[in-house]
Amino acid sequence: MSVEINVTGEVVTAYLSGELDHHTAKEMRQAIDAAIELNMPTLVILDFKGITFMDSSGIGLVMGRYRLLQKTGADLHITETPPNIYKVFRLSGIEKLAKLESR
Amino acid sequence: MIKNKFTMTLQSRSFNESFVRAAVAAFVLQLDPTLEEISDIKTAVSEAVTNCIVHAYKEKLGNIYITAEIYDDNLLKLKIRDKGCGIENISKAMEPLFTTVGGERAGLGFAVMQSFMDTIKVRSAVGKGTTVYLTKKISQRFNVNG
Repeated sequence: MSVEINVTGEVVTAYLSGELDHHTAKEMRQAIDAAIELNMPTLVILDFKGITFMDSSGIGLVMGRYRLLQKTGADLHITETPPNIYKVFRLSGIEKLAKLESR
Repeated sequence: MIKNKFTMTLQSRSFNESFVRAAVAAFVLQLDPTLEEISDIKTAVSEAVTNCIVHAYKEKLGNIYITAEIYDDNLLKLKIRDKGCGIENISKAMEPLFTTVGGERAGLGFAVMQSFMDTIKVRSAVGKGTTVYLTKKISQRFNVNG
């Protein structure tokens, strides 16, 4: 599990990799939230290209970041989502909260 | 008729979420599943085991009992059991987005299990524990080696 943060102007991109479950979600959340707090972006992109497994803990992670960004008015995008991860996201209806793009 | 079976008991440590789903996925390989079927099963197992850790034992230590069985016609049956707090209202617990713990749990665990497996049955007694039964029939693909 790892999170790599890239900041360009007002955009924070978090490149997530490894397995996203209840065990790993906390560490990912802390890394993303620290970057949001520090940079106050207008757009946050969560890049799922490197995620090999995700259960509903990943939906919880996105919903939590959505709530956090609602306070600042920033947008949330989910990109490069592999097919098996996309299937979990679609089940949740998360695309109502964040722009969802498959790989 | 039952063709193969494995059972395992693990402590309710969150590290074991990845261990259990990997073990079940490895066991299912003998049925020559598609990548999608493997992913579906891993996701459902992960939800069931996470429920034991987060809800049944509420982050305290207890045992999780896993049984996987393979029957004729590529039928996989899974049983995930705990001896935790039990569920007062099963149909409420199974409603999408319902969660008792708040925080960052989406309340979609049972919805994922329902969607990714063929059948789900939940038995629970308050103070005694919960058993989740999952089944999935793995597609039989043409095998050139007969």
